[in-house]
Amino acid sequence: MTLLETKELTRIYGGLTAVNHVGFKLPQGEVHALIGPNGAGKSTFVGMVSGRIPASSGEVWFEGRNVTDLPAHRRIRLGMAYTFQITAVYERLSLADNIALALRDRTRAQILVALDRVGLADRADQITGDLSYGHQRLLEIAMGVAQSPRLLILDEPTQGLAESEIEGFNTLIRTLAGQTTILLIEHNMSVVMALADRITVLETGEILASGTPDEIHANAAVQEAYLGTG
Amino acid sequence: MSLNARSLALHLGLVAVLFALCFLLPTYHQGNLARIMVLATYAVGYNVLFGYTGLLSLGHAMFFAAGMYGLGLAMQLGGLSPVPAFAVGLLSAAALSAIVALLALRTIGVAFMIVTLMFSQAAFLTALYFGAWTGGDEGFVIAQASRQIAGYDLTNPTVRYLAALAVFSVALLMTGRMMQASFGHVLIGVRENEERTQMLGYDVYRHKLLAVIISGTLSGAAGAAYALLFGYVGATFASVQYSIFPLLWVLLGGAGTTIGPLIGVIFMFYLIDYSSGLTSAYMLIAGVVLVLLTLYARTGLMGEVRKRWVPWLP
Repeated sequence: MTLLETKELTRIYGGLTAVNHVGFKLPQGEVHALIGPNGAGKSTFVGMVSGRIPASSGEVWFEGRNVTDLPAHRRIRLGMAYTFQITAVYERLSLADNIALALRDRTRAQILVALDRVGLADRADQITGDLSYGHQRLLEIAMGVAQSPRLLILDEPTQGLAESEIEGFNTLIRTLAGQTTILLIEHNMSVVMALADRITVLETGEILASGTPDEIHANAAVQEAYLGTG
Repeated sequence: MSLNARSLALHLGLVAVLFALCFLLPTYHQGNLARIMVLATYAVGYNVLFGYTGLLSLGHAMFFAAGMYGLGLAMQLGGLSPVPAFAVGLLSAAALSAIVALLALRTIGVAFMIVTLMFSQAAFLTALYFGAWTGGDEGFVIAQASRQIAGYDLTNPTVRYLAALAVFSVALLMTGRMMQASFGHVLIGVRENEERTQMLGYDVYRHKLLAVIISGTLSGAAGAAYALLFGYVGATFASVQYSIFPLLWVLLGGAGTTIGPLIGVIFMFYLIDYSSGLTSAYMLIAGVVLVLLTLYARTGLMGEVRKRWVPWLP
């Protein structure tokens, strides 16, 4: 079953077409990575999927329903969750308060379970702004997961994480795989290769290629545009 | 004790202390505190929007004045008794804040400040323009004889004090409760990071809209109470000065704390009261103290208390 579909989705900034008539289908339960060079339109694309950025034209369908005209908060309530590329947590609130807003529940036990998924349960009462960048990043991921979304959109989640934290992230995503559909923008190719069922490559706002990790790795056009020949 | 229980105990304790003070204070200070509690109700209302939601309005005097004129004109021209007139005051403030919210919330940040300032100026000028009814600059006095509720004479200092305490207590306990509910937590989320809050699936616009209406209606309740208890309605209360006061009170007392607004009004009221006894240049003293506070207690008096000693302070 198709969970998410975009039809001719387009975003134009001034004279620049950031995303150009992208048709994209995401089956339920898949971990799908979106890769491509900087400025390829990845963040703009997921921004339009989540409703954070209005589409210039085209449609977004979620669970068989046209959600193009719904504001972002309504789409989130339908079962999407979104983590920002630039960490957007509540810096002046405690980790527990951050998670409580994501969970819509202030039950202490639930909050600790959600934080424990990224190994931050022992820091529940610290002020978020006092944490290292990597830990804030993990909190942001935990807030996405805490919403128990049907579609989890992660925009460069491992950026700024240490190697050991990336390991933990990979493990977390594997535990979600199957129940949660994941759309992942990622620059770290080892993460992409380890997690993704399928990969879509965007370049200058258009889909350059789409396929399994092996197919993408073997694709000559992708090699040239993005992966390099090394 | 849970956080919610502690905060309720604090608020009830404060109400009890204020109640006891009614019978302990000398007449002069009893009168002052009655006035302070009404103004603090105004500050509590302002704090809902500024302290908790993070929206800085420069036009709250229009809501205070809406309550004041709503009650005053209903009594003066409509011949209503105080209780229904108070309801008219509340409804006027609620209606005005809903209209202003719908228009002003199309803007954010500095533009929101300017738009609220402009609306408030328009309200001020409207009060002057209809001078035939409002008395313009001079305003009008509500006759002592009509300021009675169920046989209680609101011009009697003790009755007036207790009435002011009742209004303040309702505002304090209501906002205290609101900030424990998920609605209040979302308001703080809006203040801290609007986009994040939206992307957690909360309707940010609806929360802001309700925050303006709650804030404006509480301000209007204070305005109506002021007119009723002190017997005077005038355009001064709609002037820009009365939009700046609640901002100062809340900043001094501690934005985003439930009892900060009261502390801020008490502090400012007695600062001016005492310094004017020392010198005719009392605003100089007040100004220096305010500068010192902004330098050394940036989060206001209660904000500092929360930071240093009482982290659970609501």
